[in-house]
Amino acid sequence: MALKDITLGQYFPGDTLLHRLDPRTKILLAVFYIVALFMARNALGYALLALSLIVAILISRVGFQAVFRGMKPVFFIVVFTAVLNLVYTPGAGEPLVAFWIVRIYWEGVRTAFFMVLRIMLLITCTFLLTYTTSPILLTDALETLLGPLKRLRIPVHELAMMMSIALRFIPTLIEETDKIMSAQKARGADFESGNLLQRAKALIPLLVPLFISAFRRADELAVAMECRCYHGGEGRTRMRQLRYVGRDYAALVLGLGLCIAVWALNRLGVF
Amino acid sequence: MENPILKTESLTFSYPAEEGSKLVLEGVDLEIQAGSFVAILGHNGSGKSTLAKHMNAILLPSGGKVYVAGMDTTDEEKLLAIRRTVGMVFQNPDNQIVANVVEEDCAFGPENLGVPSDEIRKLVDDSLRVVGMYDYRRHAPHLLSGGQKQRIAIAGVLAMKPRCVVLDEPTAMLDPIGRREVLETVKALNESQGVTVVLITHHMDEAAQAGRLIVMSEGKVISDGPPRQVFQQVELLRSVGLAVPETVELLYELNQEGFSLPLDALSDEACAQTLYQLLSKD
Repeated sequence: MALKDITLGQYFPGDTLLHRLDPRTKILLAVFYIVALFMARNALGYALLALSLIVAILISRVGFQAVFRGMKPVFFIVVFTAVLNLVYTPGAGEPLVAFWIVRIYWEGVRTAFFMVLRIMLLITCTFLLTYTTSPILLTDALETLLGPLKRLRIPVHELAMMMSIALRFIPTLIEETDKIMSAQKARGADFESGNLLQRAKALIPLLVPLFISAFRRADELAVAMECRCYHGGEGRTRMRQLRYVGRDYAALVLGLGLCIAVWALNRLGVF
Repeated sequence: MENPILKTESLTFSYPAEEGSKLVLEGVDLEIQAGSFVAILGHNGSGKSTLAKHMNAILLPSGGKVYVAGMDTTDEEKLLAIRRTVGMVFQNPDNQIVANVVEEDCAFGPENLGVPSDEIRKLVDDSLRVVGMYDYRRHAPHLLSGGQKQRIAIAGVLAMKPRCVVLDEPTAMLDPIGRREVLETVKALNESQGVTVVLITHHMDEAAQAGRLIVMSEGKVISDGPPRQVFQQVELLRSVGLAVPETVELLYELNQEGFSLPLDALSDEACAQTLYQLLSKD
């Protein structure tokens, strides 16, 4: 396995409407969507949410394949949740299936189905956010959105700076890991065989040099940043300014509308 | 414009952890004129990097004084002004690039200084053009070559409009192509932008291109002058573990065999010319 193939952030560059939206708008939209998702109580609400997400995916042109690929790692959790809900939801009527100690009721099937749908929509929605927004924009947006928390003495700027530096150094450190691994392998280290404990032990000669070099890098970076007059967030300006335009307001209204629509659909009480 | 832009007065320095141990810098007196191209040559442990770090107040003197454009580096209130005047480029390009887009990284310095957004844009574009990396402005730095990364690091410093740039072995981790790219950029910086350049190096051929060469050993300046003069002191340089350029070496060895040739040939052409004159005499 080549470590270089790992991509983090999973950003798909593009120039669609969804890509061009202000990153703050997209984060807020995702929040609205998640709120709506947790409000939904019936099939109509879920249908509306699923439909709107499908439309968003179509607009973004990232393709359904990419979305499903993102789902793979959480497949186990989805199945686990489904089974638990299926088995442990008590029902009023006759069980649909009954064998040994397992009783599956109609309510169980319903809850399991909606639960799975909810998790899948939740994940897809957040994936869509990271697919269409570059990590650096996302960090910028978080810094401005969380800006008010500075009054509570939460170091928002520092956190955002840490996040963007971490993003910057991930590829560098992955490359370095690859190099150290090759160097250790060339000297006979074995990372691929043995049981779990042996493999964990084999990682020590990999992690020690990696950590030492990461600390050295951090030190050098700190000096380099000081040389470039970094002195915290105070009095700092940004080259790229985030600006809300018409489409952002429209999108936010649409997001709010979605929440209200789901709330209204709950009243209709289908299923 | 204050001249000299950099000035040290009997500068001494020892790392605090090694109290009582030997000084890394033992009384350095230097004046560097604005607009000049100065190379500082020395072996590992000669104190050249330590000296460089005094030039923008990363290290403060244990004894003596350092002045940057007339400002005392121990004056904390002038810290930003000093760092804005003297930019610093380090050995490892990876460890001085902050952002994951080239132009964002370039903007880091001006952003810290609180320059308005539209002016930052212009500063960034200008400095990327100077180092010839404008076409790469939207690239991710980790996908570029070492030489390109180092040029971006230089652009990042240039965007703060410094009057002096100190480069601490900027080519030590680069391949020959990268070295040439960086060196050409540095020379262009000095010639077309009028920026004072202090190049710390242990490569003879790089040092030979400067207008003034300072040789350091054991925390002291042992030779100071135009490169062609400094390189004539073959014995002195050898005694501190430094080689001289191959052209000078050749002429020196010939002189050892009884010839009396001038030792000031720093380029292959100049050396060939000297030899040609010798041969055509016979």
